[in-house]
Amino acid sequence: MILVWLILIPFIGGLLCWQAERFGDRAPRWIALATMLLELVMVLGIWAGSDFPLPAQGATHAWVLEWQANWIPRFGIKLHLALDGLSLLMIALTGLLGAMAVVCSWNEIVRRVGFFHLNLLWILGGVVGVFLSIDLFLFFLFWEMMLVPMYFLIALWGHSGSKGSSRIGAATKFFIYTQASGLMMLIAILGLVFVHHAATGVYTFAYGDLLNTPMDPQVAWWLMLGFFVAFAVKLPVVPLHGWLPDAHAQAPTAGSVDLAGILLKTAAYGMLRFALPLFPEASQAFAPVAMTLGLIGIFYGAILACGQQDLKRLIAYTSISHMGFVLIGIYAGTELALQGVVALMVAHAFSAAGLFILSGQLYERLHTRDMRQMGGLWGRIRGLPGFALVFVAASLGLPGTANFVGEFMVMFGSFGVAPWTVAIASVGLILAAIYSLFIMQRVYYGPPKEESSLGGLDRRELALLFGIVALVIFFGVYPQPLLETSAGAMQVVQQSVQQAGAMMGGAQ
Amino acid sequence: MMAALMAISPLILVCLTVIVVMLSIAWRRHHALSAILTAVGLNAALLALLFGWSQGTVAVTDLLVVDDLARFGGVLVLMSTLACVTLAHHYLEGYEGPRDEFYLLLTSAAAGGLVLVSARHMATLFFGIELLSMPLFGMLAYTLRDRGALESGIKYMVLSAAATAFLLFGMALLYAMTGTLDFDALGQALATQGSDPWLLAGAGLLLVGLAFKLSIVPFHLWTPDVYQGGPGPATTFLATASKVAVFLVLLRLFQSALALHENWWHDLLGFIAVVTMLVGNLLALTQNDLKRLLGYSSIAHFGYLLVALVVNDGLAVETVGVYLVTYVITTLGAFGVVTLVSSPYTPTGGSADASPLHHYRGLFWRRPYLTAVMTVSMLSLAGIPFTAGFIGKFYIIAVGVEAHRWWLVGAVVLGSAIGLYYYLRVMVTLFLHEPGMQSRDATHDWAERAGGMVVLGVATLVILLGLYPTPMIDWVHWVAGNSAY
Repeated sequence: MILVWLILIPFIGGLLCWQAERFGDRAPRWIALATMLLELVMVLGIWAGSDFPLPAQGATHAWVLEWQANWIPRFGIKLHLALDGLSLLMIALTGLLGAMAVVCSWNEIVRRVGFFHLNLLWILGGVVGVFLSIDLFLFFLFWEMMLVPMYFLIALWGHSGSKGSSRIGAATKFFIYTQASGLMMLIAILGLVFVHHAATGVYTFAYGDLLNTPMDPQVAWWLMLGFFVAFAVKLPVVPLHGWLPDAHAQAPTAGSVDLAGILLKTAAYGMLRFALPLFPEASQAFAPVAMTLGLIGIFYGAILACGQQDLKRLIAYTSISHMGFVLIGIYAGTELALQGVVALMVAHAFSAAGLFILSGQLYERLHTRDMRQMGGLWGRIRGLPGFALVFVAASLGLPGTANFVGEFMVMFGSFGVAPWTVAIASVGLILAAIYSLFIMQRVYYGPPKEESSLGGLDRRELALLFGIVALVIFFGVYPQPLLETSAGAMQVVQQSVQQAGAMMGGAQ
Repeated sequence: MMAALMAISPLILVCLTVIVVMLSIAWRRHHALSAILTAVGLNAALLALLFGWSQGTVAVTDLLVVDDLARFGGVLVLMSTLACVTLAHHYLEGYEGPRDEFYLLLTSAAAGGLVLVSARHMATLFFGIELLSMPLFGMLAYTLRDRGALESGIKYMVLSAAATAFLLFGMALLYAMTGTLDFDALGQALATQGSDPWLLAGAGLLLVGLAFKLSIVPFHLWTPDVYQGGPGPATTFLATASKVAVFLVLLRLFQSALALHENWWHDLLGFIAVVTMLVGNLLALTQNDLKRLLGYSSIAHFGYLLVALVVNDGLAVETVGVYLVTYVITTLGAFGVVTLVSSPYTPTGGSADASPLHHYRGLFWRRPYLTAVMTVSMLSLAGIPFTAGFIGKFYIIAVGVEAHRWWLVGAVVLGSAIGLYYYLRVMVTLFLHEPGMQSRDATHDWAERAGGMVVLGVATLVILLGLYPTPMIDWVHWVAGNSAY
């Protein structure tokens, strides 16, 4: 039942925020913060209160908590929620970044505060739903539902773009991309259900039942592609990434933090939870293509990042580059690589959120995100450039930060499977260093445009940034808690990949 | 005899309502009284429908057969008529001309809808369609001092007459070749001598006539103009009750008389379905007028519905049922808001309907709940999860996937993606605030009026059915199971 509350709390909190607006602007902010902290405390409570055993050989899941109720018996659809180490980490991340998003928009959002927090919390509620649902119908519902508040967030509180691109245009692009690809997934889900129905005579959307559905390799290939397209748009994988830079550039800071920190992770989560275990053979056959796409993403994102003038667009392109590593790790399928993917996702959530929060704070002070207008800020803002240096270092994967752990594990784990891919991908790390230094050079060093001081950071901002820095360094030095928690869930994925590999090897 | 009377008692009650309201108008004109009498009569008919549910299939002569599908259609027609009554009462409150006759027209049209859903014979089909359409001419042109309304009424009349001509010609050809007008007998004749060109021409012309009413491409040209010009309640009726009744009779035709199981037939229909969804959605993209936009969107929605008719197997009947329910309540919500915001002939309203999109700018900051209803309706029309519209779309995709009609499913996805663009545009317009804009507003007491309550109730229903669709699915599943041929 606690799983249901994890989903409901953000939704209820959102409604409260909306209604609390009549008591002034501060009430919704505090309610939203309290809601997200409550969510976080509940997740941490579950984390502390349960252990995450490694699954037995051949087990298809590693659930720690499970809850289900009948919903639409006609098609065997149930309200079926379950939590394992992976989903727990992701929900904890959601709670944490949710709280950060509320704090970082404390001064930024001044109009329609209640409605803003309603949308913010509903996104987070939808994301938690995505991480918990293991009925495919329910999963799809949450997957699509979280787009609506995100759309409003970008369209109503976004910044109008630098080159005449409007925030509504960006929001619409985001929505259409993700919704259309989501419908592909719906078709694939229905295809899977009807294949299962043809084989067993039972309609079901339950993850556990649909695993190991016997099907023709050709059919499996198409269905897998349906899932992959939906996840690839959200991740984003390069030919399908068109919405991301626009959405990030126009979104308010809280929107960017959620988008980069959590929404992108739902895609990686979906691949780990659904695309790989449901279609192990087809995914195995698809792996070279996916890894190549990942490689293209690494270079494409990094090279385009170097050419951006808009700070938030630059960070958005670096996200594409980082997600390329995630994609390679997922399709490498070894336990080490999969664990690295989890570490990298958490690390990227922190470093991207940190960078977006910093660019939001710069925007509050300078009212521009154009890097040509910046330069020489090191002397003009106390404190902020130092934090920027930490996050930039994390983003380029400096040892001692969590990003290094993730990238290192992904590459180490993938090397045995695809040595050339890893060799080429490591060149991408050099590009990462280049664009990271570009950020520092263009924004903080060089001749200042003006001499006047822009003031320092206030206590709220300091606490926020110190928190993220502490987490980045803590998990960089001691990633063991993350790895132990997700080990069980990742072993399940790895075993299904391994079996598929063995079967394919046997067939050959 | 008694069973037959029981079975058509809803129809009888609706006709009685027409007479009672007419007499009451003759005795004394009183707007509220006419509206209340109409609502009472329609509710009585609805109750009679529900009581008749235990009877099963009753043949009231060869012409009318009341089965569960007919009762299902009857419920939808009566419910939407009731909603139109409440909206009309609100809409016509300040109208200077005669107000009461609108209810007469509305109720007669509802009677036509009831006939149509239980038709099993070309004669009743024709009778039902005419009884449904004739009053609509009057309703659409009811506020005849308004240019748009008059234009819309006349346009609908002329094109409807053309459609009737097609319909009659098709029936004549069918009768000439087979000597029967009964659906089932026609179906047998078509099965045995299906490739006869005259027979096919007859069936084709029949379809053209019905396609006019459903505004299926290429017979959709009247839709945007009529939707835009007609008074709110009349357009609402046209978009809901009228289309539901015609579509249900089309479904019946497909199950009996036109049940051709040949590939070219399915391919042709599939092609029409694809063209209908794409044309509807693409033309809606550039509209700056909310009622026109809704008109084009309804074209697209009937394109989606055609997918079920193309498949005509397995889940098809259930899909049609579920989709019609979700479409009707969603459309009632959207048009209800349009009607309430229009409120012409009141101090806050203008002279005609609030149909240009810029009238709705920033409505959220003036009327949050009304905007919530509109937002929910738009999300539901776009088929976003947790609204009823998603359940409908889920069924359409499911029926396509089940029958392996990948092109159709792909077109549905493409259509939905295009559709999103304009639904989102409407949605975001509601929230954008630009100071100094001349904007329309609902009357202050809208929520306490019957029309406002209906609109709020409909929106709640959209959300509830999106969250827990099981009762609806079970009901429609049962109806579909009982009326299998």
